[in-house]
Amino acid sequence: MSDNSKKMRDPASQQALAAAKAAEMATALDRYEAQQPQCGFGQMGICCRNCNMGPCRIDPFGEGPQTGVCGATADTIVARNLLRMIAAGAAAHSDHGRDVAHTFLLMAKGEAKDYTITDELKLRQMAVEYGVEIEGKTSQEIALALGELALAEFGQQEGELKLAARAPEKRQQLWRNLGVMPRGIDREIVECMHRTHIGVDADYRNILRHGIRTALGDGWGGSMIATDLQDVMLGSPVPIRAKVNLGVLSKDKVNIVVHGHEPILSEMIVEAAREPEMLKLAEEKGAKGIQLSGLCCTANEVLMRQGIPVAGQFLQQELAIATGAVEAMIVDVQCLMPALADAARCFHTELITTSPKGRMPGVRHIEFDEEHALDVAREIVRAGIERFPQRRQESVNIPEHTMDLVAGFTAEYVFKLLGGRFRPSYRPLNNGIIEGRLRGVAGVVGCVNPNIQPVDSGHVEMVKELIRNDVLVVQTGCSAIACAKEGLMTPEAAFQYAGKGLQEICETVGIPPVLHVGSCVDNSRILIACSEMIREGGLGEDISDMPVAGAAPEWMSEKAVSIGMYVVGSGIFTVFGTPLPVGGSQAVYDYLTKEMVDEVGAGWAFEKDPVAAARLMIEHMNEKRAALKLRPMMYEPEKTTA
Amino acid sequence: MPRVICDNERCLACKACEIACAVQHSAAKSLAGVFEEPPRVRVSRLPEARGLPLRCMQCEEAPCVMACMSGALQRDAETGLVKHDADKCVGCWMCVMVCPFGGVRPLRSRGVVTKCDLCEGEETPACVAACPTHALSVDETTAEEV
Repeated sequence: MSDNSKKMRDPASQQALAAAKAAEMATALDRYEAQQPQCGFGQMGICCRNCNMGPCRIDPFGEGPQTGVCGATADTIVARNLLRMIAAGAAAHSDHGRDVAHTFLLMAKGEAKDYTITDELKLRQMAVEYGVEIEGKTSQEIALALGELALAEFGQQEGELKLAARAPEKRQQLWRNLGVMPRGIDREIVECMHRTHIGVDADYRNILRHGIRTALGDGWGGSMIATDLQDVMLGSPVPIRAKVNLGVLSKDKVNIVVHGHEPILSEMIVEAAREPEMLKLAEEKGAKGIQLSGLCCTANEVLMRQGIPVAGQFLQQELAIATGAVEAMIVDVQCLMPALADAARCFHTELITTSPKGRMPGVRHIEFDEEHALDVAREIVRAGIERFPQRRQESVNIPEHTMDLVAGFTAEYVFKLLGGRFRPSYRPLNNGIIEGRLRGVAGVVGCVNPNIQPVDSGHVEMVKELIRNDVLVVQTGCSAIACAKEGLMTPEAAFQYAGKGLQEICETVGIPPVLHVGSCVDNSRILIACSEMIREGGLGEDISDMPVAGAAPEWMSEKAVSIGMYVVGSGIFTVFGTPLPVGGSQAVYDYLTKEMVDEVGAGWAFEKDPVAAARLMIEHMNEKRAALKLRPMMYEPEKTTA
Repeated sequence: MPRVICDNERCLACKACEIACAVQHSAAKSLAGVFEEPPRVRVSRLPEARGLPLRCMQCEEAPCVMACMSGALQRDAETGLVKHDADKCVGCWMCVMVCPFGGVRPLRSRGVVTKCDLCEGEETPACVAACPTHALSVDETTAEEV
């Protein structure tokens, strides 16, 4: 156990790691050890496999080859590899957005009958943004027109993305001047693949600028469409209480775990699992009911809208199975470890893939179909219930640990809270920053990664340092789950961890010092919140003027690279824990960390120590505060205790 | 004595030496043959360095030779290499246990051990030729010179 406490931060995961070991089930942490040492060429980004004259490698010590067969330098190769990561990340988010828009359109046409328009107000707001005539039209008609326009953004070839107009005017102009305003969503991703093909773009700056454009098409395009249409269709989240960590699994109910990213199916599973027939079937099979819980971003989606408890983050997916209490794990797309299939075979768990894009050999596949969504969901829930009699109760090992949290904050709602129910406004937030009660706002997001151990510490220690310094923190993804497990998303956390200024705000408004704003695609909510803050006034004319910062302390996925690039491209200073794979090129490193500051008003930084990284963010906010001539901070905390 | 030495500062743990070794000791000397026999060099980890290719150091007073009960491992007086005769090897793994460098490896499928033969007959050992950062090289220093 003591050894496990060095591997994972929360006690539930430590206990589950021991259970996995007892069941002779390997986990990602074991496989990470087995992979050591990992190839330095890959880590530095100086291996090119883009054509069959290669693979080529650059000798970072300067004695061996300094160019590939085609003559590509380390700068070119590093930039190309990074661009391909951005392309993959943007593709993943945007394909999620496309699926949502597709379902939305089917709903509007009446072909996906299990979905309805839940947020009429947001539907009309979006319709106006898209230029849809709403006078005298039914919601269905508006949705049809909006759905077609939103779906068309993916294949748009010319012009500008509609939702980019939500950015401050100055920011839009900056993008146009730099030539990084996205023309469409898919087009930019395709162009990444073209530019990185043998013999196309060799200028690392030109390559990286296209990376900014592609990533912006994700943040202000694919991801934003995903978030907004999900809100319209499934409901905009409002603050909601829930529980998090492996202890949410039930000893006597059927445990069904939804895992992956898209809420389209999981929302239906939530509905199906509440049906009386299903509950009756569960009782017939000897269970006391059905316990749904979530993993990864699917968890965040059904948490935000339905208050479904969260079993854990990315690195807890196998550990959930290791409790021996999971009847079915339902997966769709992204961040699903292929190792789940082996893990499930160690227990009675039925693993079910549902997306035509993501199958696993030897694993049951029940294909999701929007037009029969609820029927598919029922079949899945039934499959889970039928596994219950096979559970070996004597070998069930569910950790006791759970933690309370409040989630469900959005760009629209959180600030209504700050402004009071009758005066929804960003003014109190802006005033808080201007008066020096709040230092600024930080978005701490992204994955968990075994290269930061104990896992979760990267997030938790960074966020604690930030709130201690009166920085309001907003979170998404696995980062949010990591901090929720630590109790940072309870209102009481303000008194325990936050600085005095932040404490005062939390106490007045009744919010936690760390706000859960959703899944990875919901990082778009942070972009909107920043734009709204500029619109409210008093904090400069562009996002890059504001005392805000971003971080992904334990990033691992290509999606995180795309997110990082659109956040920096939107003018927000961003710190990643382990560096991007660009160490082989000083020029690329300098572009990302220095030249981008001149070009887009913000740059990247890399710092593995989470507290030191938080200090970088705080320093950045202090500089921005000074430049805006904001009032001095009301309360400066004592020097770091760490 | 001739042996492969490593500048640990330069090792990036890419494991190119492992692949090259397996290719060299495959029947067809091709990439397709790498599964015939695992490489005789294995990149491991050092606390302070990124990678450390574990390989036979061709010791002058070789513990493996002393431990070998069948006489399969012998020191060649002429070349200074520690040689392994697979026909004599009985697979007792004593050499594996006594080697301080992790240079002798059990080949379980055939019940014998394998170790670096410095790619006899080749001008340069395959691992040295494959090392993209020139971390590996051949040390020709003889015992007398030391």
